[in-house]
Amino acid sequence: MMLLPKRKNLPVKLLKELDMSDAIHVEIISPEELVFSAEVKSVSVPGIEGYFTIMGDHAPLMSILKPGFVDVNVGDEESSYFVGGGFADVSNNSVTILAEKASDATGFDIAEIEQSISEAEKLLEKAKTPLEKNDAQALIDGWKNFAAIAKNKS
Amino acid sequence: MPSLKDLQNRISSVKSTQKITKAMQMVASAKLRKAQERAEKARPYAERMNQILKTISASYQGRDDAPKLLGGTGNNQTHLLIVATADRGLCGGFNSAIARLAREHANNLISKGKTVKIITIGKKGYDILKRLFKNEIIETISLREVKEIHYSNAVEIGDKILAMFEKGEFDVATLFYSKFKSIISQVPTAHQLIPATIEPDDTEELREENRALTYEYEPNEEDILKEFLPRNLNVQIFSALLENGAGEMGAKMTAMDNASRNAGEMIDRLTLSFNRQRQAQITKELIEIISGAEAL
Repeated sequence: MMLLPKRKNLPVKLLKELDMSDAIHVEIISPEELVFSAEVKSVSVPGIEGYFTIMGDHAPLMSILKPGFVDVNVGDEESSYFVGGGFADVSNNSVTILAEKASDATGFDIAEIEQSISEAEKLLEKAKTPLEKNDAQALIDGWKNFAAIAKNKS
Repeated sequence: MPSLKDLQNRISSVKSTQKITKAMQMVASAKLRKAQERAEKARPYAERMNQILKTISASYQGRDDAPKLLGGTGNNQTHLLIVATADRGLCGGFNSAIARLAREHANNLISKGKTVKIITIGKKGYDILKRLFKNEIIETISLREVKEIHYSNAVEIGDKILAMFEKGEFDVATLFYSKFKSIISQVPTAHQLIPATIEPDDTEELREENRALTYEYEPNEEDILKEFLPRNLNVQIFSALLENGAGEMGAKMTAMDNASRNAGEMIDRLTLSFNRQRQAQITKELIEIISGAEAL
């Protein structure tokens, strides 16, 4: 008899938590403005020890970020933001990304993007550990993605 | 007694002054709106930084191994005062209010036998303080050439201060600036930057909530704090500069509004005495004519 109410409660509670874990609130903030703020499905960030993806109900985490790309996944759409290093604070089902520089593709012109690509390629040449290589490759991919967006617009 | 011509000249000169002050007021109000927007946009970052700082530093409370930027050098001998004012005048008591607060603070420290060093940001603060603290002022930073204050400006200043701190040139750093409360009210504020001050949580509930969260740190707490504290310093300077920018424009608007109103009053007074004088002259001429006619 004692077990019955507990058993009844358990699935209900789990379901509730599952609903909550669907979305996570993401804010990308630069010193000069709030760059992005919305409920998203998942977000991947360039952590100091490699890229990682955060979904709903993540455990509280604080990480230093390297310069790189933050990809936010809102349902079917994905958008990408460049951050110039900073911090990610994950708590209470929200991710706060504090970055000294943060912008989407519209914040750069093509010359800047091309320069960044060549810088990232140099990084890739110098990279020794798999982690460094991986990060440099991610930088190149991110910038190339930006270049494609910038070219589409102009 | 000034002649009619003199009065006329004065009226027209006051009128042109009024035109200038009115124009300055309008320019200030346009700039104010922009400055206010920027200050508001920058607020989330500073707020979040403060929140994170609170979370991390909670675990360092009362420990000796806290980084110097947070826990202090253990000394309290040399104080650095960073006085941020505007680069331009004509904004009422804005600059002198900040300078006065800094002066009182400095005098207080000197009387206690502490060493005081001063860095001024903005020309006006330097102008006011150089008479009293010529030897204490070690550097002046002018943002006159800077049209719009960007984060990079704050980083430059922050890096200078950090370099000095690492060389052990001071123990405590305090920033003086003006908090923008409203267009008519700017409050000169002293804010201690090093060791970092942490604004307490508003409610016991929030504090409980923060304590309950156990964070995972990547790579670790110490490294994060090491990265975090210098940035926090830059952000504090940046938001102070933005508040100052908005405050300066607010003060200028009020000052120029007053000036325009005073000019208006002056014009009224001068016009009145001009009319009196003119009437007196007419009367005098009439009397002369009448007495001339009577004499015939």
